[in-house]
Amino acid sequence: MASEVLMPALSPTSEGKIARWMKNEGESARAGNALADAEAQEALASPAERPQAGESRMMTVREALRDAMAEEMRRDPTVFLLGEEVGEYQGAYKVSQGLLQEFGEGRVVDTPITEQGFAGLGVGAAFAGLKPIVEFMTFNFAMQAIDQIVNSAAKTHYMSGGRMRCPIVFRGPNGIAARVAAQHSQCYASWYAHCPGLAVLAPYTGADHKGLLKSAIRDPNPVIFLEHELVYGESFSVPLDPEFLVPIGKARIAREGKDVTIAAFSRMVKLAVEAAEDLEKAGISAEIIDLRSLRPLDLETISASVKKTSRLLSVEEGWPFAGIGAEIAASVMEACFDWLDAPVKRVCGKDIPLPYAANLERLAVPQVEDIVKAAREVAYR
Amino acid sequence: MAPREKAVRVEAGALGAKSEELLRYLREMLLIRRFEERAGQLYGRGLIGGYCHLYIGQEAVVVGMQSALRDGDSVITSYRDHGHVLACGIDPKEVMAELCGRRGGASHGKGGSMHMFSPERNFYGGHGIVGAQVPIGTGLAFAHRYREDGRIAVTYLGDGAINQGQVAESFNMAALWKLPVVYVIENNRYGMGTSVDRASARTDLYHRGMAHGIPGEQIDGMDVLAVRDSGLLAAKHARSGEGPIILEMVTYRYRGHSMSDPAKYRTREEVDRMRSEHDPIDQVRRRLLESGAREAELDALDKEIRGLIAEAAGFAQDSPEPDPEELFTDVFVEA
Repeated sequence: MASEVLMPALSPTSEGKIARWMKNEGESARAGNALADAEAQEALASPAERPQAGESRMMTVREALRDAMAEEMRRDPTVFLLGEEVGEYQGAYKVSQGLLQEFGEGRVVDTPITEQGFAGLGVGAAFAGLKPIVEFMTFNFAMQAIDQIVNSAAKTHYMSGGRMRCPIVFRGPNGIAARVAAQHSQCYASWYAHCPGLAVLAPYTGADHKGLLKSAIRDPNPVIFLEHELVYGESFSVPLDPEFLVPIGKARIAREGKDVTIAAFSRMVKLAVEAAEDLEKAGISAEIIDLRSLRPLDLETISASVKKTSRLLSVEEGWPFAGIGAEIAASVMEACFDWLDAPVKRVCGKDIPLPYAANLERLAVPQVEDIVKAAREVAYR
Repeated sequence: MAPREKAVRVEAGALGAKSEELLRYLREMLLIRRFEERAGQLYGRGLIGGYCHLYIGQEAVVVGMQSALRDGDSVITSYRDHGHVLACGIDPKEVMAELCGRRGGASHGKGGSMHMFSPERNFYGGHGIVGAQVPIGTGLAFAHRYREDGRIAVTYLGDGAINQGQVAESFNMAALWKLPVVYVIENNRYGMGTSVDRASARTDLYHRGMAHGIPGEQIDGMDVLAVRDSGLLAAKHARSGEGPIILEMVTYRYRGHSMSDPAKYRTREEVDRMRSEHDPIDQVRRRLLESGAREAELDALDKEIRGLIAEAAGFAQDSPEPDPEELFTDVFVEA
């Protein structure tokens, strides 16, 4: 007998639409199977409906990012969004949904496909005192623009002896998506974190995406804000207060534990938390640090945790060579070598261009079982 | 196909100039010339290090262009920036001290020859990567349009930079959004050691905006009045909301690309011919003498400028090196 399956409420004030059916008519489906991808189609809260401090609601990461930008654009008329498909198309990943309608094409600017050009244009606007948010459709394409990001945005404050400022945010999805092969699947965290003059953020939760993006927009420095395609659709409870900010440079203890510290960022936090649950069953208590900020890196929080657990595992999607894990291992060795009871271990993306085939891709990207295995090795259990 | 888009027609010095204007241009060009000569000497003595790209020969371009601008208009250029820095009103003492890497420098010794800025005078550098200043200058124009403040951005680039992809990207965006920007190509005929005809499929660079519908004009960049007149018309065009415009200033640098360049890719005769027949300073001097100025008066001006430059060189050499404490400052703006 057929029964009706109701559309879930995607958010209290929104309607949704079916983005993609994942099961066809007649196909078998078991409880818990995904039937469709649904997206919120929401009118942004009007000023009269602005929430009170302390309220939060469940929303996706893409909504949290959109709300962060909308709130900052309402607060500061010099904030504007620039990038490919951010306006009419509403964002290649629907992150800028509704912004064109609220702020108009003067402040939500669709660009041609010219990353170096529009990144440089954003830098010039920032030099002139505006606060651009430059969206890269993905950070893979930002390689076209990396000269403007590093040579123009990151260095000019220093080169000018403090006379020039570049308050700009470069944001977009980073890391490994699904089945898009090597040129569209790469983690740039260590590339940008290498550079003095840049702040580099890579949050995981919805609240952190919102609070850190707002901090990034208000920050007087260039900020690289690394998102993740596979995290956009995840839902979290997110504070609604327009003054909710998360400070740049502070890690978050995602889970307390005493036997081993696992430092991760972006989507790898999710996998680390899942691994911690498995480890718990094996009697190993893992403490998860969600780094959130890669530059500045919160070495204080990492060290405090290492002093508690004496064992450290770093997890990232990026390549091992000169990666974030390499930096953490070196920094922890310098800061608290005497507290370590085992060599620091790294779980990284494999040292290869990412393959397309599903089985090879899975082997190349860190999985929960890789984290569990490495954590057991570092815990000697 | 012949170029069809021409917004401005410029006859050299068509708008004429009063003697006091010519005198001002002479003064500004002499300031740059004497400054650069002294910088070359200080480089030879080891007081200036690294790269040092002299502007000698090209003075009419920046002096003529700057005289066509209004307060609040933005300016940005490449690494051959000493002339632009001076023409934007930064004290020669600060400029020379910066070249020497001293505390009293425009960037407190942290930027050097290629990286000087004065946002309070709307001068945005001084950029070392060939062509990178072009999207940035386009962004300055974007900011003027965003604020609707009636200002324009002048973006200088060289004949080498014109072939960079980001320049074409910038032209497209500027034309697409009708941004108030004047692109000034300083065609000094050599991108480092490669002559324009060895680097560019078409050597008439003012055509480069044609694909985007950007008008362009070629100007005698050795004639300060021609530069100024074309600058006035181009500024008017950009300010009126009609979008970008390109001015190709045909000019010449007398010295090598940088101090370490012996310039063996061209003949001594070519350089001498430009110096003796087209020198921008001699041209203005001649015009002033023809209109009744006295030789002694012009010599006195030169002497005064030499004095200013000697003072700047003295200041630079007396200024201490940056405090080692400054090593880690100015990496981030403290929020």
